[in-house]
Amino acid sequence: MSEVVFDTQSGDILTRTGEASQSQSVRPSRGLPLTIRHLRKSFGNQEVLCGVDLHVPSGQFVAIVGRSGCGKSTLLRLIAGLETADTGSISFGEQVRRQDIRMMFQEPRLLPWARALGNVQVGLGEERNEPDAQARADLALAEVGLSDRRGNWPAVLSGGQKQRVALARALVSKPRVLAFDEPLGALDALTRIFMQQLLERVWKEESFTAVLVTHDVAEAVALADRVLLIQDGRIAGDFEINLPRPRERGSADLAQLEGSILRQLLGGQDNGVS
Amino acid sequence: MSLIETLPRLRTLRVPRPDGLIQWIVPLCIIVIWQIACTAGFMPQRVLPAPSDVAVAGWKLLRSGELLRNIWVSFWRASIGFLIGGSIGFAFGLANGLSKLSGQLTDTTLQMVRNVPHLALIPLVILWFGIDETAKLFLVALGVFFPIYLNTLHGIRNVDPQLIEMGRTYGMGDIELFRRVIFPGALPSIFVGLRFALGIMWLTLIVAETIAASSGLGYMAMQAREFMQIDIVVLSILIYALLGKLADSASRALERITLSWHPAFQKA
Repeated sequence: MSEVVFDTQSGDILTRTGEASQSQSVRPSRGLPLTIRHLRKSFGNQEVLCGVDLHVPSGQFVAIVGRSGCGKSTLLRLIAGLETADTGSISFGEQVRRQDIRMMFQEPRLLPWARALGNVQVGLGEERNEPDAQARADLALAEVGLSDRRGNWPAVLSGGQKQRVALARALVSKPRVLAFDEPLGALDALTRIFMQQLLERVWKEESFTAVLVTHDVAEAVALADRVLLIQDGRIAGDFEINLPRPRERGSADLAQLEGSILRQLLGGQDNGVS
Repeated sequence: MSLIETLPRLRTLRVPRPDGLIQWIVPLCIIVIWQIACTAGFMPQRVLPAPSDVAVAGWKLLRSGELLRNIWVSFWRASIGFLIGGSIGFAFGLANGLSKLSGQLTDTTLQMVRNVPHLALIPLVILWFGIDETAKLFLVALGVFFPIYLNTLHGIRNVDPQLIEMGRTYGMGDIELFRRVIFPGALPSIFVGLRFALGIMWLTLIVAETIAASSGLGYMAMQAREFMQIDIVVLSILIYALLGKLADSASRALERITLSWHPAFQKA
């Protein structure tokens, strides 16, 4: 099916259309694959995760949905290394450095006493004192569209802007896995949509493996390649989202997918919708 | 305690600041009314001398050098005592805020000592040190210790744990975490302690000098009382007010510089 084109300038034969556009979305990813085996975690007597097995191929965008208290945030914190598992393993296919895996929290968690640029520099970890630190931080701020805010204190930024600074801080070390813990949960509806588009764009540009925890199924199907449903500490559903990007919000395909995931989410409840 | 101290400030600082002059209107009015009351004869000279008389007395003392010498002696005692007590309080606040063991070990003891009014120790201190410089420094240091200790401890314990977790996930070690997250986070509270301590510093010093000293502002006032020089007594009281205001302004200026990130210190 692919059309062969002769490039007059370089003399190379390029393949275009079908294969080319596909190779753009499946171009070799910097992202790390993620393999989780028999993962268990309990807090006191409460078992939060009881045997999670999961493989995420490199560069995939996975969304994790579930009711509150289902263990999805705990799973994410385990992936990000903020908690340690009781049993089981999480591996990334190779030895990872701390700055390869970054986490974005629900709250921006910016240092109020550092300017926007300084907050982004925090994200460089041990490299924050190197001579090019400021240039790298500037680049990350530009990526989230906040170059003109570099000298501002967090106190004067809006909620969305703070979360964008937090995103820049997570991106500046060029992570290969990025974990998102409902980072858009506290934003207003319009800012959310804007932020979702931003997340999708940086994910494409930086090609990291993304794990997004959210309670918003619409957000999950709009962004992710794959949606995992967690119930009672186990993975109870695994949906591939094979829709082309950029996805049109409110389209029938998305709505249908959202509906079927929601049905399963709510079906787990004993007496239907409460 | 610390909340009440900061709340009115949060509100007043929002006001744009032509207050350089506005804040002096009320004290000026008081002095004018006072002067009028004295010259008109409503106020007997023996009860309260006129501001003009106080000024004359002040001028005489200034010319003789006695005033400056006494102010300097008091200022020196205040600052040295403050430095000693403040740094010990700060050190204990840090230690007990950062280390659980240290907190368990010393906090109860310190709380017990805190509940003894430090001025009640004056008889004991005189027995120990006589009316020497050490006595005054000891009392000032002791008085200053507690507000600094308590507010440093409170500030460190109340640093947002989410920020600490964030710092850890971004690979900050203990020293860096302290320097970049814990200390700046505790700073507003430390400043509250500082301003309390400055008030206690003057109070303690004046009381100590009034009771047992051979120089200083408190001594000057007591001497004047002996000779019924009421104008000098009033002068001393006015100087306390001015020095107190000066110390407060200095700490506020420091606060405004170091806490420029704080929403309360930003121009809207």
